[in-house]
Amino acid sequence: MRWIWIDRFVGFEPGKSATAVKCVSAAEDYFEDHYPGYPVMPAALILEGLAQTGGILIGEVNQFREKVVLAKIPSAKFHRDAVAGEQLTYHVEVVDLRPEGAIVRGTVTSNAELIAEAEIFFAHLDRNRSQQAFGSDNFVFSGELTYLLGQAKLAAARTDGPPQLPPAAE
Amino acid sequence: MTQDEIFKRVKNQLVDALSVDEDEVTLQSRLQGDLNAESIDFLDIVFRLEREFGFKIDRNELFPESIFQGDPDFAQNGKVTAKGLATLKQSMPYADMAAFEANPVFENIGDLFTVDLIVRYIASKLAAKAA
Repeated sequence: MRWIWIDRFVGFEPGKSATAVKCVSAAEDYFEDHYPGYPVMPAALILEGLAQTGGILIGEVNQFREKVVLAKIPSAKFHRDAVAGEQLTYHVEVVDLRPEGAIVRGTVTSNAELIAEAEIFFAHLDRNRSQQAFGSDNFVFSGELTYLLGQAKLAAARTDGPPQLPPAAE
Repeated sequence: MTQDEIFKRVKNQLVDALSVDEDEVTLQSRLQGDLNAESIDFLDIVFRLEREFGFKIDRNELFPESIFQGDPDFAQNGKVTAKGLATLKQSMPYADMAAFEANPVFENIGDLFTVDLIVRYIASKLAAKAA
């Protein structure tokens, strides 16, 4: 399963902010059930996209050595539904960044119209579960996410021009 | 800053962190038992208090964890021993130990984490800063 809920980074300022876009397609599986006759993107998946944008922003600060996990969403507001055909823009900004974790605030917009906003709290896993060993392998930033990381780095290098493809994920 | 002012600011942060109503938060409220705080909330609370009061808070100083890990001398038959109580007092000087000492059931250690503990901690740090 491809658990990538952002399509491309369009802006990346290390340690400060990140912007990604997500094109909502009618072909996405969840529309089958969510809901029959009233196809809207599940709010939880909108949050997932925002969290992936924020998680990569936070992970990049330590060159993805920390296992950054979504720990808590203290607040989230949804202003309207997102439907097929829309391009959602996920923008997150760092509020707080500490050795144990980080807080970001984010907005989801479509054509400058506010769809959702949330505060997301990430924990650095190894620094919060001293009694549990998760090993040296960083399973958070692996596989599909590494590909996005390449995109993020390209977006950081240049925020204009046509989309570029990073090297294939290993 | 008075104790009451500190309490009000702490309360506002707890309302946001734990999604509770303002009137649920009293000085006596236990973070876990009454306000349903989970482990990750403690870190969130520390971050919020730092932002609210503008100084660095050592999480292990305010909410010491794993005080008792691996030391059988600190608890026996489900109760905290005298040695354990002494260690607790040392690690948590801002906690109100009186009630817990009367019935030191190990499982209830979490009850020491109250709103009052936070307010006392902040007051002490502010006083130290002012000095």
